[in-house]
Amino acid sequence: MNRRVVITGMGVAAPNGVGLTAFSEALKTGKSGIKFQPELERLKFRCQIAGNPEIPEEMLKDYFSDLELRGLNSSGIVYGVISGVDAWKDAGLPVGPDAKTDWDSGIIFGTGILGVDKFREAIHLIDDKNTRRLGSTSVIQTMASGISAYLNSKLACGNQVTTNSSACTTGTEAILMAAERIRLGKANRILAGSCSDSGPYVWGGFDAMRILPHKYNDNPEAASRPMSASAAGFVPGSGAGALVLEDLESALERGAKIYAEVLGGHINSGGQRNGGSMTAPNSEGVVRCIKNAIFDAGVQAAEIDSINGHITATGMDATEIKNWSEALDLKKDDFPLINSLKGLTGHCLSAAGSIESIASVLQISDDFVFGNINCEDLHPEIENIAGRKKVPQKTLYRKVSTVAKASFGFGDVNAVVIFGKFQS
Amino acid sequence: METKEIIYCLKKIVKPYVQNDLAFQDFGQGTDFIKDLEINSANLVDIVLDVEDEFNIAIDNDSMDNMTTVNDAVRIIKSKQQQA
Repeated sequence: MNRRVVITGMGVAAPNGVGLTAFSEALKTGKSGIKFQPELERLKFRCQIAGNPEIPEEMLKDYFSDLELRGLNSSGIVYGVISGVDAWKDAGLPVGPDAKTDWDSGIIFGTGILGVDKFREAIHLIDDKNTRRLGSTSVIQTMASGISAYLNSKLACGNQVTTNSSACTTGTEAILMAAERIRLGKANRILAGSCSDSGPYVWGGFDAMRILPHKYNDNPEAASRPMSASAAGFVPGSGAGALVLEDLESALERGAKIYAEVLGGHINSGGQRNGGSMTAPNSEGVVRCIKNAIFDAGVQAAEIDSINGHITATGMDATEIKNWSEALDLKKDDFPLINSLKGLTGHCLSAAGSIESIASVLQISDDFVFGNINCEDLHPEIENIAGRKKVPQKTLYRKVSTVAKASFGFGDVNAVVIFGKFQS
Repeated sequence: METKEIIYCLKKIVKPYVQNDLAFQDFGQGTDFIKDLEINSANLVDIVLDVEDEFNIAIDNDSMDNMTTVNDAVRIIKSKQQQA
């Protein structure tokens, strides 16, 4: 079986916009969600800025019962449930106690780590010999699959319900895993997405690795500089994104709106050899991943209108562009337009792949290519390969039919997905 | 503390966990937390913690296991208050 897979719903909780409308507007206008974080200053972090979705207290009541809100201390669950429930509703699917188990619907919702703040609470109680005071939700808020479990208490899916984890490729991997299952006819629709907790206990390790920018604490919006000569490290972020992937036939039968089609993709690893390591990708693996994704999608390199890269704003940005150029066998005027969301949101870690995929799909459904901020000083190597015209600094409004989206993660893991405009 | 007063406090504590609102209207000494109110058994530990906080007592594991009805809860709370 090789069924076509389309996207019929989306929801997002991003640092620069919560909800599709706000996020889409932020993309088009270049609104940054990166802010100074007093808590990181208090804790004496080098990097005291980050991107968090802003969720008003009142909004939580629309997504969680009073009982669920008691002792809820897992930001990943908050972001994930908001984006997942929004996506499901956007697709016109039932949410809440009246929804009946649907054996053809599933959830693949990834995370890197879940409920670190809840886990910290538990650690303090346990160390105080007070384990009995943990309460009943310590496990479900901190197990990795807690996010799919919380979501399913609202969506009632009866197909596979799971959580994947592959560092910063997590969200993109979830989409490809879901697409594959639907293609094979094992499910009709799957909520695919990912979330990432926010806060010092998630970001501390990266600060210790000295890979976060530390000279922008008083100028947060200028800190994340993908593809610039002055890129000084990635700004930590968090949030969640969710997409409803659906078998084309089922989507047409339901009369659902279709944002785009998942044409194909590829997932691989560079094996941590040949320049690949725990923290850097083997370029050969990246090139293969891009080539195989394009082959799987059945498109030609020249058909790609726009690339949404992984591009975190480090010294590796130029290497990524080189890999794209080699894999597509295109450069300069023939090279596609390219952008990185991380200039606006920071690096949302395990949520990056899903949030950035939503940005990619919106570009197709609304016909635009969002502009890159903070790269007025384009990296000379990138200028050499792609040319300045291909790295727009302002949003371009033009027809977008095919977008290639890549995510790479610690452990030398890669995922590339190809989205296309839906044509019957 | 009077039984009536304890039951009044218990009713307030239990309210957010209740899944059978009809049975909750008849909340009284004979009410069973799981059978009548259909409270998720995992939430019983949360109720015990809330009771400890409200009445400023500590409920040991054996007492916890035996607290399935309002009557049990009243008995345990009274005996712990006397010990305190």
